[in-house]
Amino acid sequence: MYKIVRKKELNPTVTLMDIDAPAVAAKAEPGQFIILRTDENGERIPLTVADFDREKGTVTIIFQIVGATTEKLNHLKEGEYIHDFVGPLGTATHTEGLKKVAVVGGGVGCAIAYPIAKKLHSLGCEVHSVVGFRSKDLLILEDEFKECSDKYVVMTDDGSYGEKGLVTDALKKLIESGEKYDEVITIGPLIMMKFVCRLTKEFNVKTVVSMNPIMIDGTGMCGGCRLSVGGETKFACVDGPDFDGHLVDFDEAMDRGSMYRSYERKKHEETCNLFKGVN
Amino acid sequence: MPDMSLTKHPMPSQEPDVRNKNFLEVALGYTEEIAVAEANRCLNCKNMPCVSGCPVNIQIPHFIKKIVEKDFEGAYEVIAGSSSLPAVCGRVCPQEKQCEGKCVRGIKGEPVGIGRLERFAADYHNANFKGEVKKPEPNGKKVAVIGAGPSGLTCAGDLAKKGYAVTIFEALHLAGGVLVYGIPEFRLPKSIVQKEIDGLSALGVDVETNMVIGKTVTIDELFEKGYDAMFIGSGAGLPRFMNIPGENLKGVYSANEFLTRVNLMKAYKPGSDTPIKENKNVAVVGGGNVAMDAARCAKRLGAENVYIVYRRGEEELPARKEEVEHAKEEGIIFKLLNNPVEILGCEDKDENGRPAPGYHFVTGMKCIKMELGEPDASGRRKPVEIPGSEFVLDVDCVIMAIGTSPNPLIKNTTEGLETNKHGCIVTKDESGLTSREGIYAGGDAVTGAATVISAMGAGKKAAAAIDEYLSNKN
Repeated sequence: MYKIVRKKELNPTVTLMDIDAPAVAAKAEPGQFIILRTDENGERIPLTVADFDREKGTVTIIFQIVGATTEKLNHLKEGEYIHDFVGPLGTATHTEGLKKVAVVGGGVGCAIAYPIAKKLHSLGCEVHSVVGFRSKDLLILEDEFKECSDKYVVMTDDGSYGEKGLVTDALKKLIESGEKYDEVITIGPLIMMKFVCRLTKEFNVKTVVSMNPIMIDGTGMCGGCRLSVGGETKFACVDGPDFDGHLVDFDEAMDRGSMYRSYERKKHEETCNLFKGVN
Repeated sequence: MPDMSLTKHPMPSQEPDVRNKNFLEVALGYTEEIAVAEANRCLNCKNMPCVSGCPVNIQIPHFIKKIVEKDFEGAYEVIAGSSSLPAVCGRVCPQEKQCEGKCVRGIKGEPVGIGRLERFAADYHNANFKGEVKKPEPNGKKVAVIGAGPSGLTCAGDLAKKGYAVTIFEALHLAGGVLVYGIPEFRLPKSIVQKEIDGLSALGVDVETNMVIGKTVTIDELFEKGYDAMFIGSGAGLPRFMNIPGENLKGVYSANEFLTRVNLMKAYKPGSDTPIKENKNVAVVGGGNVAMDAARCAKRLGAENVYIVYRRGEEELPARKEEVEHAKEEGIIFKLLNNPVEILGCEDKDENGRPAPGYHFVTGMKCIKMELGEPDASGRRKPVEIPGSEFVLDVDCVIMAIGTSPNPLIKNTTEGLETNKHGCIVTKDESGLTSREGIYAGGDAVTGAATVISAMGAGKKAAAAIDEYLSNKN
């Protein structure tokens, strides 16, 4: 059992938790993920590490409430326990030797982009962070990003904060204004990463994406997380989750991600009704 | 005078048409009367050919004699002298290729039902034994066992009995390895596996779940933490695919994923949060035990038609005979001498050109008919395609059960640990000693996908070798 030592609502649909998991905290690196199970009947879901404190032995996770499991997770309180918490899994994001990087995050993906930006910054890399949200009330981690970014651009779909538009608009502007990046690292919805990659391909800038497909064990055992990368089948859990974005078949990844959508909707509804009954 | 009837006493079982709709155990086990009668078929041969067929050399005629004498606990003790998981092995061993394959009674008629008798003795013990397990005197030495599957559990049990402080590190949230994620409830009830693990805990074995060795902790860090020796029984968990078009369509599973969802995650139970696709027509590719398990699970989940698609013939099916028989009885359709060449998916789009419901879900599997040619390297006749014989099997789900390879996580994070080109850990000899001092390995991690009993045998031998190594060390 793994204790929730801190819980904080970042916006109405996004929650942060610090989990007491010293063994995971000792090893975690930006870009890696954990798998958790809320309770005995729970499913195993992957969540990317948002931060870690090796001294306190805690791992931070940030999640959006999208389905039954995240709904259940969000109903756990500070001081309560998560049944299973295993990691760190996957390979860490490559950060060594980079001099100038644009970190592009979308929505809750910013939670994963942040530790990478922080690590790059600590290594002396110039970091330009471009973050996108639907609207101002969904904005997360603004202070944190500002602290580790040489440039920080916020985009909102409705223009309620920062500039109105998509992250690709902002990134395009930066590249066209003459910014030369060693790499673009992008994390967010698949459709966003797809278009970031389309843009950077035009400008021939190497782009790394972080994939988060359906998986069970996270150690290479089930193959449920398989993706086509450069025409080869890769397992996101052990070969990734980071991949060369210009080689990833995003359409297939989006397709595979929808496998259980109708089931998930039904289960989420059931869970919500269950909680309504309790409260 | 032994009972000279030519056939085994039939195993009481659930009716096929009943059991293919539930996950309860298929074979119900011998009663005391049947067990004694079957035990009476044993000729008690002096040279004991059956023992030579057993990977852990259970003194078979001895335990059978105890059953004849109705000393059922005594029979269990004889088995337990050689095997750590009798209730498991009695259920999942391929006896026809091992002990029973060597039984003299099998020359004319059926061999003695050794597996059924082993299971009977183990179940009798589990139901009736009330005594306390005596915790051995600690010898002050620590051993880490990586992986809580058959080889790891066996190795841990043997070492704990000798007084070693043993910690098992398991990557999943539950101990048992393939016994809990792979083999279904109806073939091996999970309560039996749990009983074995509880038995280890009673001996003082510590099981740490959610520990991925090579990720959470490395082998070398475990040495730094004071472990004197290590046993790697991390299994062969990496699923293989065929690399044919359409394998990434929705509705294509590795057998590992399908079985893990069903068995470990209990997707068949209404209370479980883990989803599994509802299927009408399922093709399972492969002919081993894993293929049979997947097919029978699919049937129980409500599929109307479940096919085993296998490129060789009936004779070549690698599965246990009993599994094939059970599968057939339950209505699994065997499409032998067929090989998949492509998996087909729905390409429907709506009027706006957007994917329609069902888009890229499996709609069929194109296969080609095969015939058997000359024997290949494995000694089996090689399947050869018959040109122009392609046909489409109407399925909405495909499960690939064509084998697994060892997981590279440990290899990649342990310097000096030698592996072969298949990723299997190289061991010096039967002791399981690897290229690194103090590190032993066994089971599928060394051999590639094999059986529960051979993994158990390897765990036993490694435990003896580790004991010898640590006893001589100071």
